[in-house]
Amino acid sequence: MIMSDVMLEKHAPVLDDDHSPEDFVFVQEGEKLVDRTYKATSYWRDVWSHFSKNRGALIGFVIILIIVIMAIIGPMISGRAYDTIIIEHKNLPPKIPGIFGGVERGIDVYASKGVNVNYWFGTDYNGRDMFTRVWQGTRISLLVALVAVVIDIVIGMSYGLISGYFGGRVDMIMQRIAEILNGIPTLVVVTLLGMVLPSGIISIIFALMITGWIGMSRIARAEVLKLKESEYILASKTLGARDFAIIFKDIMPNIFGQLVIMAMFSIPNAIFTEAFLSFVGLGIQPPEASLGSLISDGYKSLTIHPYQIAFPVIVLALLMLSFNLFADGLRDAFDPNMKQM
Amino acid sequence: MSKYITKRVLISLATLLVILFVLFLMLDKMPGSPFNDEKLTETQKALLYAKYGLDQPFFVRFFKYLGAVLRGDLGVSYVLNKNKAVSDLISAPLLLSIRIGARAMLLGSVLGLLLGIAAALNHNTWIDTLCSFISIVGVSVPSYVFALLLAYYIGFVLKLTPILYNSKNVSASIILPTIALAMFPTANVSRFTRSEMIDVLNSEYILLVEAKGVRQTSLILRHALRNTLIPIITIMGPILVNLLTGSMVVEKVFGIPGIGMLMVQAIQNNDYNVVIACAFVYSAMYIAMMLIVDILYGIIDPRIRVAKGSA
Repeated sequence: MIMSDVMLEKHAPVLDDDHSPEDFVFVQEGEKLVDRTYKATSYWRDVWSHFSKNRGALIGFVIILIIVIMAIIGPMISGRAYDTIIIEHKNLPPKIPGIFGGVERGIDVYASKGVNVNYWFGTDYNGRDMFTRVWQGTRISLLVALVAVVIDIVIGMSYGLISGYFGGRVDMIMQRIAEILNGIPTLVVVTLLGMVLPSGIISIIFALMITGWIGMSRIARAEVLKLKESEYILASKTLGARDFAIIFKDIMPNIFGQLVIMAMFSIPNAIFTEAFLSFVGLGIQPPEASLGSLISDGYKSLTIHPYQIAFPVIVLALLMLSFNLFADGLRDAFDPNMKQM
Repeated sequence: MSKYITKRVLISLATLLVILFVLFLMLDKMPGSPFNDEKLTETQKALLYAKYGLDQPFFVRFFKYLGAVLRGDLGVSYVLNKNKAVSDLISAPLLLSIRIGARAMLLGSVLGLLLGIAAALNHNTWIDTLCSFISIVGVSVPSYVFALLLAYYIGFVLKLTPILYNSKNVSASIILPTIALAMFPTANVSRFTRSEMIDVLNSEYILLVEAKGVRQTSLILRHALRNTLIPIITIMGPILVNLLTGSMVVEKVFGIPGIGMLMVQAIQNNDYNVVIACAFVYSAMYIAMMLIVDILYGIIDPRIRVAKGSA
């Protein structure tokens, strides 16, 4: 554009008789003629195109899907209950025709023990089917994941929204409380709760309720601080809307999607917390199975029957890895600006 | 700045006080008692309770304990090592845990920096992809899974190091736990270093340095790395938290008599004073490290203290 201005000055007036065609310069010379108007894309199409380009996220999503399906159908298709003890069938290595031969240290354990059924993932020290137990344990991990998201959204988001919206003294007090709660290491809370409450899924959920939501409340608060000065909120106030209606009907829908994605990041943490507690012996107790307790059991015979620990470890590692990949991909797809957070 | 530091220190102290109170309250409500030897009669139990002052009202005990803690006295152990002062009981495990944790931190930071720099310099090549893969695995997979893998392959199959802790050969015994714990810091530091380094390398001042003909090594070490290092302080918090939690499980895997192991034992035996002391030491370390990170960051980045100070 600047070039053309210069050109006009130099050659003005343009329509003069004593000008030859050589005096005129083609304005767009050397510039690529690119169409700068794009086809309009919808929000979801945009999100999908970002997401599908992220190979890691797609792989993560597929693995999660497979694990979820296996957790649902796994205990059903094995045809065995997770807590049935068949002591004659104890410590059998995995046997899947064509993949695992049921051989341990060169001996076909199935043949030597005279077992003619196949245990896909082998059996544990009590002769319980590992395949059923692993997928039963995955159900616990997935349940914990779901609980973590719900806690994040219900407690964390509400806390942040209220604290940020009211500001002033309310905000002061609520933030100090959050800061103090945040100062207590999760490890300490979790282990102590494991002592006070009967071990099991309830104590794990309680532990998550106390500490899991603080990060989310901070993000929600920061988002409210940005939005609460905007004009549509002022309009809503002028029309006489109540504070809670403004918070939950006007502000929340605008930040909900973003916060749900942030909540995805608490899933790996929650799964880890459960596995950690059960591994130390303060979480799920046998005969119930969770990935953590299976790892803890398998660990005792790590050097003799390594397959007993291999399957739960693989599922746990895959689950955490794919949730991390998936959450990363989602965040980048919905909001590329939040990459740095 | 001094106002900001004062505020942070006060909040930290308040947090510690609250933690101590909550710990005390929880142990008070906990089922079970430290004296559950079946041979003890009711009268003997009552005498034991009286001896250790456990028959007094809750608040009396709490303030007595608080006073003692301020004088550096953490009480005596009831079960694990009868009548031994808790401070003596926990000092050796604590030192061992800190030794492993500090080594893991050091190893993780150095490896992470190297990986991160390598990835940033070879942006969008296979080296970059490999480094990204290592870091996503390191961030996602819990440290005790690494601990188990290392114990099995290096300790059991290759027999290079002891699988379980051996008090006669401490330095060899803590190699595997250190590596297992170092995975998370390595992954996190390398991820962060990579993205910061790429930003810095694309900035104009690096172009200027390049134009002046500075050698590549000096460009990276003296000019680029410096500005990369500053934001890395922000991720020290999560890394330290992970180390604290991870150490507890990794200690269990390798049977290291560290503070985590002691705490689990004390919990299982209802040894009140030891549980409180361990939990308190964990919290104090955590809070102290968070405080240092916050203050450091406040010194480096003035925007932080303005934002936090006005809240």
